[in-house]
Amino acid sequence: MIDTRATMAVVAATLAPGIAAMAHFFGTGVLVNVGLAVSAAIAVEASVLRMRRQSVVAGLGDGSAVVTALLIAIAMPPAVDGWLVGLAVLAALVLGKHVYGGLGANPFNPAMVGYALVLVSFPADLATWPGSEGVDQLTGATALETLKHRGGETIADVWTAAHGFGAWGAHGFEWINVWFAVGGLVLLGLRLVDWRIPIAMLATLTVLSALCYDGGSSASLGSPAFHLLSGATMLCAFYIATDPVTSPTQPRGRILFGVLVGALLFVVRCFANYPDGVAFAVLLGNSMVPLLDRPLAQSASAR
Amino acid sequence: MLDLPLLLISAVLVNNLVLAQFLGLCPFVGVTRRTDDALAMGVATAFVMALGAAISYSLYTWVLLPLDLAALRLILFIFVVASLVTVVELAIRHFSPELHRVLGIYLPLITTNCAVLGVVLIVLRDQLDFVRSVLYATAAAVGFTLVMTVFAGLRERLIEQRIPRPFRGAPIVLVTAGVLSLAFMGFQGIGR
Repeated sequence: MIDTRATMAVVAATLAPGIAAMAHFFGTGVLVNVGLAVSAAIAVEASVLRMRRQSVVAGLGDGSAVVTALLIAIAMPPAVDGWLVGLAVLAALVLGKHVYGGLGANPFNPAMVGYALVLVSFPADLATWPGSEGVDQLTGATALETLKHRGGETIADVWTAAHGFGAWGAHGFEWINVWFAVGGLVLLGLRLVDWRIPIAMLATLTVLSALCYDGGSSASLGSPAFHLLSGATMLCAFYIATDPVTSPTQPRGRILFGVLVGALLFVVRCFANYPDGVAFAVLLGNSMVPLLDRPLAQSASAR
Repeated sequence: MLDLPLLLISAVLVNNLVLAQFLGLCPFVGVTRRTDDALAMGVATAFVMALGAAISYSLYTWVLLPLDLAALRLILFIFVVASLVTVVELAIRHFSPELHRVLGIYLPLITTNCAVLGVVLIVLRDQLDFVRSVLYATAAAVGFTLVMTVFAGLRERLIEQRIPRPFRGAPIVLVTAGVLSLAFMGFQGIGR
């Protein structure tokens, strides 16, 4: 059993290339958000630990608050108001973690609780990302959003006409997804995350998007490559859905969990109001974990 | 007119009785200590809901409306629901006395479960035909049973944790219900 602190350090280190790629495409706002989120997380975590009369040094030392902050910073648009980042961190650590008794007791992924709360409260602020022309020049809907609300146009039309698309997925996001996937593969290689959740999730997303893709007509949804390389797909697969506290412990449960999160991500992303579905898919998946972890024998005998 | 699959998805997830319309909160908080009890309560409520919608719809459309007595609909619906609950209670007491003891006061309280009456009023408001009304009520009942079971699973896990004293009991249950409702907000907009 590797200790939490070392794990969190490796997780943070493998997030770095993806964050660097984000900063490359979207400017220094990304790094500002990271700084804001991490300092807010340290301040909130320290004050809550003090209120709960627990050791501040030990509580902060496990590094989990910093990883939560990093995930929130990555999820936030670079130009968002700073206080929204702080609010998400506050909600994540207090409502998502400490009211349940701290790390290990929380049923929901804290970062996603914080992000979802801010997302449903301030949807317009969180839907605006810098466009393909560089920072400060163009801001607007993300590629996922553009594709969803494109009216009757074919995918090829919207791809050339609208900004925000790249070679296979959303501009910028495709490379960011690649770098998060690379970091995720390092985690897999070090056996810090179980392969079952990311593989099951990505396979489900691929199969569902392939079934709903007809080559790009006006009624088509995005291609598998588009879905794998847009939004927060890879971050979700390797870093968010795999949170050991809020995912199932049994191998069978983990595969079902991955399938569930992949399917929910696809449904929310393609058919619901919100631009991406990661936060909702993960929270809904988390809520099913106690049932997924139930041994079949127990549920049968309880009848 | 909504497509049938959309109508059903909407009833189960998007407009979930408990988490989106905030109906039926009493059993949602009251009978979700154990998963099996929650499931049984969900199934019992589902039975009343589906049958209640069918009978209420029939009586309203083919008896009250021709007699020009639509004003009496609420009294009639409550009467239908109460009779059904009595039938369900007798059946459960006969087949599983233990379950009858566990569900206790919540079983007769299905009568006053606003979700049951709510479903009847929703299908009349949306002017669904008979088949759609019954299917909608069944789907809404499935959604109710689903969140009852999921929430009970979460609450069973909470018992094992050392919740900080100020949040023990009702507060942590309500926080968890809030986060679950937050997660279900992700479905908003499906079918529009």
